[in-house]
Amino acid sequence: MGASIEFVDVSLWFPKAARPAVSHCSFRIEPGEFVVLLGPSGCGKTTLLKMINRLYEPTSGRILIDGVDSRQYPVTALRQRIGYVIQQSGLFPHMTVAQNIAVVPRLLQWPREQIQARVDELLHLIQLPPAEFRHRFPAQLSGGQQQRVGLARALAADPGLLLMDEPFGAIDAITRSSLQEEMIRLQQKLRKTIVFVSHDVEEALLLADRILVMQGGRIVQFDTPFQMITRPANDFVRELLGTDDMVRHLGLLRVKAAMLNVEPPLLAAEPTIGAEDTLRRALSLLLRSGAPQLTVLEEGRPVGILTLEQIRDLTRTGC
Amino acid sequence: MLSYLWDNPGLMLDLLGQHVEMTLLTLGLGIAIAVPLGVLVHRWRLLAVLVMGVLGLLYTIPSLALIILLVPIFGLNRLAVVVAMVIYSQVILVRHVLVGLDSIQPSLLEAARGMGMNAWQRWWWVQVPLLLPIFLAGVRLTAIVAVAVATVGAKFGAGGLGTLLFEGIAQAGRADKLWAGAIGVGSLALVLNTLLLALEWAIKPGRWLWVPIPVRKLLWGL
Repeated sequence: MGASIEFVDVSLWFPKAARPAVSHCSFRIEPGEFVVLLGPSGCGKTTLLKMINRLYEPTSGRILIDGVDSRQYPVTALRQRIGYVIQQSGLFPHMTVAQNIAVVPRLLQWPREQIQARVDELLHLIQLPPAEFRHRFPAQLSGGQQQRVGLARALAADPGLLLMDEPFGAIDAITRSSLQEEMIRLQQKLRKTIVFVSHDVEEALLLADRILVMQGGRIVQFDTPFQMITRPANDFVRELLGTDDMVRHLGLLRVKAAMLNVEPPLLAAEPTIGAEDTLRRALSLLLRSGAPQLTVLEEGRPVGILTLEQIRDLTRTGC
Repeated sequence: MLSYLWDNPGLMLDLLGQHVEMTLLTLGLGIAIAVPLGVLVHRWRLLAVLVMGVLGLLYTIPSLALIILLVPIFGLNRLAVVVAMVIYSQVILVRHVLVGLDSIQPSLLEAARGMGMNAWQRWWWVQVPLLLPIFLAGVRLTAIVAVAVATVGAKFGAGGLGTLLFEGIAQAGRADKLWAGAIGVGSLALVLNTLLLALEWAIKPGRWLWVPIPVRKLLWGL
């Protein structure tokens, strides 16, 4: 189960800096939410992230995790409860895959059998067969595999909260998109609270339940991808998201965002589409089949409907 | 020529023992001082310039002269020689600690911090293993220098295989002593070098992957 995070008027001045790196930020992240911190480099998004696990301490303000001030915990104990994934994985080159994944469980002094079982379980989860990968060293893995192991390592002690600092930033486009698909799949299964730093708009729109856009250390807008595209707070957000190119956005927005929720009982009438599919696929399905509406399925159960009208409404508000 | 070696096994072993003792004492003391000093100057870079400057300067003093300088303080004995050897060891060892620590990517240490390791755990779990290959190269170099300086030490009553060399020079027609001493010192340096090289080889990650997994589990855990 995910943890909640609340920032209460948090600012951070680095010594000798001309302006605060993070300035008067207040927001709340709900348990199980996937939040992407988005903005140009130097906007304060990584600083904001690192304040959650206290790699940076705020100059003023409070950060609450599950309602408790994060300074109440010993700093190492706090960090052991928070998964942390960095760019280029940060795997320890002298440790095997299994040893890397086992770091936090070892810090928590789990019994050896439990650690081994957990390592294998995680390797299955990230689709690297344990027999083949357990005893490899990071240098013997591809970039994508390294990043998967980095993710497994962060998940090892089953933390409620996962911090990811541009984890796919240094990875080629094809591997990146397969890792993004993997993240979506894992998040559906695990329902962690995830805070994910990115400067890639497409990535943010694809992964996020909500996006937090930052500029110059301040929060510009904190909203769902759908709202952000249809109602950008200002020109900065509009420009950042390229709000005018609607067809592109339909390819990035999920059906879930635009569908009409219908209370069950609802028949799974053809044609159907998954809630996690893109609106672009939905649109082409509607046009091709000529059907008046699509039934939206989530885990095989019908949860709502989507009509051409709803997509059209979306594009209208957007333009 | 080589008969001296076979005719005096007891004496040879004694001298070899003294030589090894001085060398190991130097390595032990040298490492015990160099590691904390290296960590210290790694943290305060301004200090590094100062310390490395002074150590470099000391290193340029010939061993004979350095030991002579130390005799008034420590007396004409093994202690003065060992202190000189420790001083020489510092420039090599501290530099290797410094270079080793610099070679560790900062992102790894941040990952370690972010995962909840305290400073002690970061040192033993991350910094030491990554530093070790470079540091061991420094230890090997130090061992060779120590064997050489210990040889000169015989002049100051420190014993060791150098005794034979100085006697061989002083006494006419005792080339056999010279040979015995030279072969002794040379062999010791070669053996130490080989042992430490083997150690460097053995600690490389992935070196033991050929060992069956159950055996590894027994020996190293995971």
